[in-house]
This record gives sequence, structure tokens and C-alpha cells, in this order.
Amino acid sequence: MSAYAMTVSITIGIYVILAISLNIITGYAGQISLGHAAFFGIGAYASGMLATRLGAPFFACLPFAVVVTGAVGAILGIPCLRVKEDFLAITTMGINFVVQAIFLYIPFFGGALGIANIPAPSIHGAEMTKSAYLAMVLLFVLFAILVDGWLTRSWAGLALASIREDETAAEMSGVNITRFKVVAFVLGSAMAGLAGSLYAHFMSFISAADFGFTESIVILSMVVFGGIGTLRGPIIGAIILGLAPELFRPVLDYRTFVYGTMLVLLMRFQPQGLLGLDSFIVRNAKRIFTRRAA
Amino acid sequence: MLAQQIVNGITIGSIYALIALGLTMVYGVLKILHIAHAGVYAMGAYLGLWAYCMVPNLFVAMIVAMTLSGVAGTLIERLLYKSMLDKSRIVPLIASIGLFIAMEEAFRLIAGPYVRAFPAHFRQKPWIFGPVRISAPQMLVFGVTLALLALLWWVLTRTRMGKALRAVSMDREMAEALGVATDRIISLSFFISSALAGAAGVLVGIFYNSVYPTMGDIPAYKALAIIVLGGLGSIPGTIFGAFLVGISETFLIGFVNIPLPRDALAFIVMIAVLMFRPYGLFGKE
Repeated sequence: MSAYAMTVSITIGIYVILAISLNIITGYAGQISLGHAAFFGIGAYASGMLATRLGAPFFACLPFAVVVTGAVGAILGIPCLRVKEDFLAITTMGINFVVQAIFLYIPFFGGALGIANIPAPSIHGAEMTKSAYLAMVLLFVLFAILVDGWLTRSWAGLALASIREDETAAEMSGVNITRFKVVAFVLGSAMAGLAGSLYAHFMSFISAADFGFTESIVILSMVVFGGIGTLRGPIIGAIILGLAPELFRPVLDYRTFVYGTMLVLLMRFQPQGLLGLDSFIVRNAKRIFTRRAA
Repeated sequence: MLAQQIVNGITIGSIYALIALGLTMVYGVLKILHIAHAGVYAMGAYLGLWAYCMVPNLFVAMIVAMTLSGVAGTLIERLLYKSMLDKSRIVPLIASIGLFIAMEEAFRLIAGPYVRAFPAHFRQKPWIFGPVRISAPQMLVFGVTLALLALLWWVLTRTRMGKALRAVSMDREMAEALGVATDRIISLSFFISSALAGAAGVLVGIFYNSVYPTMGDIPAYKALAIIVLGGLGSIPGTIFGAFLVGISETFLIGFVNIPLPRDALAFIVMIAVLMFRPYGLFGKE
């Protein structure tokens, strides 16, 4: 595997974790978030700052980033409980802008210079190679998949689905809405913080510009593109849209235009996403398999 | 100084009002967050510039920009949103964001990535009213906004069409059951709101003397904050929110040295208000 392929794979792995984490909030619990990059950024800054300011090793920074981001997710989840649907979508977008502005304008967070020279993780004093880093990212992807699988099979997963389908009915049936919404926010944010930490130590330089509203949209598009509310959807979405910039390199100037158009066309003709429930591909695959079984 | 800041705030506020009003009208009838509205606004600026270069008359440029933007808005509704109304709310949202991205890129590819100047000429001397100085472009912004708001108010409250539009905005199904041609009314509301956005685009192009592909970015987010602040779908709330944000921005930048950028301010105000009134200032549950 060339260094280039490994870099692309690591980036995609980080996007897969981000897409899975956003899918917990938006896909399972049905709370539209337009500010997921804020949590990605909080994780990256927490990890990067602990490493550069206090010289902490990577394996201390990563859990620290997860805990900090989860906690911030809980704190920011509280105002989000007050508002619903479209009000919530715009509130999360506002949170993204405010968090980004804080990173950019408060000197404590490095201001416009960002955080530089974040060390790569090392084991027994030896710096981790790129292939080792890729293996580690893939392990964390697997971990995220396991957490997701556990969630959908648990009582909490059912509760989240009931909130998504009909909040009033869920409340009537005795589901503690506040509690499970906070669970979704904390879990989703903490996982985004994990991705942030992996990103910070891979890039070694981070700045506020990496975690803006556009990045939130990129993550959300991955979830929706693949098929929201499923596990396979966000994974496939992150892989395809993560590869897209590389595949479209020959038509560099038209890349973003194609990206936008692709989103519009998919939503117009295949709103469930490529592999969502009842999407064209899944329906036909099911038909083929059931015919074979019969 | 204080009066001057208020006048400057009102100028910014009127531009925000023109953009946000269309957004809130669209939300009223379809319950869609129409992010691509800011794309229509930038398109209006380009169309106005193009028309002005052909026929150097601001009135003509304004009419051309408003009409074509209105047509574009109607097309967006007909071709895109119409089929998405029964889908989950995230579907039109993502489509709208995708369209906005594609539109900005289309402007860049067609007109180039540069900032273009708007070659309109005005008298250099500002009007002076006591302590307040009002420049000619500022006067234009006031005049056009006032005229358009008055026209909108007249259409919404004094015509059958406006009555139907308000009915659809209150309850689409009930309006349809009572014989309102909802399809036509929805298209009409898209035409009106997009025309307003086009007008705002031309005004901003003239006021800042610049037209560029990403000029819709900041208005896109800020107009969303404003309509949420005012209570989604509420027209008086939106106008109030627009002037509140416009004036508080100029004030806080002019007097207090806050460490946050002016563009994050609208969101801080919005989040603070939503904590106490989760349905916005003028919104109903």
C-alpha cells in the first residue's frame, strides 16, 4: 500500500467514525444536527492541546478527548432539549459557528494559528508508522461499529427509535425522552471526539477552519448519502464521499459542483440514500435473495 | 454618533429583512429550511450586474434581477421541493444544501472567482440630517426596502391572492379542502420570496460595490438565525429579528470590543432567545 493510499484510508476511517457517530444522533434518535463538526473539533483541540501543552502521551490524550467531548455534548445537549425539529437544526448550526469562533478568536486556543506540532503517537519511544496508525484507526472503526450494534440491539436503541418516530407517543408510553436524548447526544459527541483525537495526531496541525459548518455538512451528507438510520449507510456514505475528492481529481475545477449536484439528484430520486431502508439497491438485492431462497 | 450607528444598523437590518422575509414565507407554506435561498440571492446580484452592464439603468436592472430570480425560485420549488413534501424533513434540507453548493460553484465557473465591482454611479456628497449622514447607496437601500415591504404588506393583506397565501401558510391541507389552489399559491410564494432575495442581492452588490460567488454564505446562515429568532414563519417576527440583529451588530462592533466576530453574534442572540422562548420571539407552539 502506498503512502498516498494509506493517507486516504486513514482519512476515510476517521470519516466513517464521524458518520456513525452522527447517525446515532440524527439517524437513530431523529435529532437533526447541523453542527457535528463542532464536536469533532472539540475532540481534536482537547487532544492536541493536552499533548502539546502538557506533553501527555497519545494514549492519555485520546480518552481525555473522548471524555471532554462527551461532557461538552451533555452540556450543549441541554439547550438542544429545549428546542425541536427545525429550531434544533438551526440551534446546532449556531453552536457550530460559536464553537468555531471561540477556537479562532480566543488566544488560549491558539487563535488563527491553531495548534501546531501535535506529536504522532509512539509506542515504547518509537513513533508509530503510518501503517500502524491505519491499523489503529481501523480498530477504532470496528469499535464504533460494535458500539453502534450494541446500541441498536439494546433497550436504549428502541427508546431512541420511538423518540424519532413519534415523540409524544413515546412519552405517553413512559419513555424518558430527556434521558435518552442526552444519551444519544453524549454517545454521538464522545465518538466524534474520538475521531477528533485521531485526526489531530494524524495531521499534527489543526486550526478552527477544519471544523466549520461546511465540515458538518460533509459529515451529514455522508450519513444521508449512504442511508440514514442504518449502520451500513453511514459507512458506505463515508467511503464513497470520502473517496470522491480523490476520484474527481481529473476534473478538479468541477469537483465541488459535481458534489452538490450529486446530493441534489440523490435526494430528488433516491431520498433514502444508496443503501437505506427500501432504497432501490436494497429492494432489488432483497428480491434476488428471496427468489433464490424460494 | 449614536444616531449614525442606528442608521447604519437599519441599513444592514433592511438587507437582512429582505433576504429573511422570503425565507420565512417559504417556511410558512412548505415548512422547508430553504438554504438555497442564499444562492438565489447571489444569483440576483449577478443578474442585476449583468442587466446593468447591458442597460445602465438601476430600475431596469432591479426588475430584471427580481423577475429572473423569481422564476428561478419557482423552478426550484417545482422541480425539487414538490416531490419531497411527504419525505422526512432531512431530505429537502440536504437537497437544498446541495443545490446551494452547486449554485455557488456554477457562479464561480461561469463568472470567475473574482470580486466584481458594481459600476453604478451616485452623487458623492451624502445627505446630512443633523448628526446623521446618509450616503446615496444607503438611501437606495432604504428606499427600495421600504417600497418592497409596503408592496408585500399590501399584497398579503389587501388582495385575494395574499389571503390565500396566508391561509396556505396557516394550514395547507385545510386551505386546499376549502378550494384554494395550493399548488399555485406555493409557486407564487416562491416567486415573491425569490424576487425579494434577488432585489437584496442587487442592493448588497451596489452597497458594498462587490459581487462574488460566495457572497451568499454569510446571509445564508444569518437569515436562518433571524427567522428562527423571529419564530419560524412569522413575518412580523422576521422583520423585527432582522433589525434587531442588524442594529445590535453595528452597536456591539461600534461601541463594545467583544472578542467574537460579528457573524457569530446573530447565533449567540438566537441561542439565548431560544432558551427562554423555544419557538422564537413571535412564534406559536
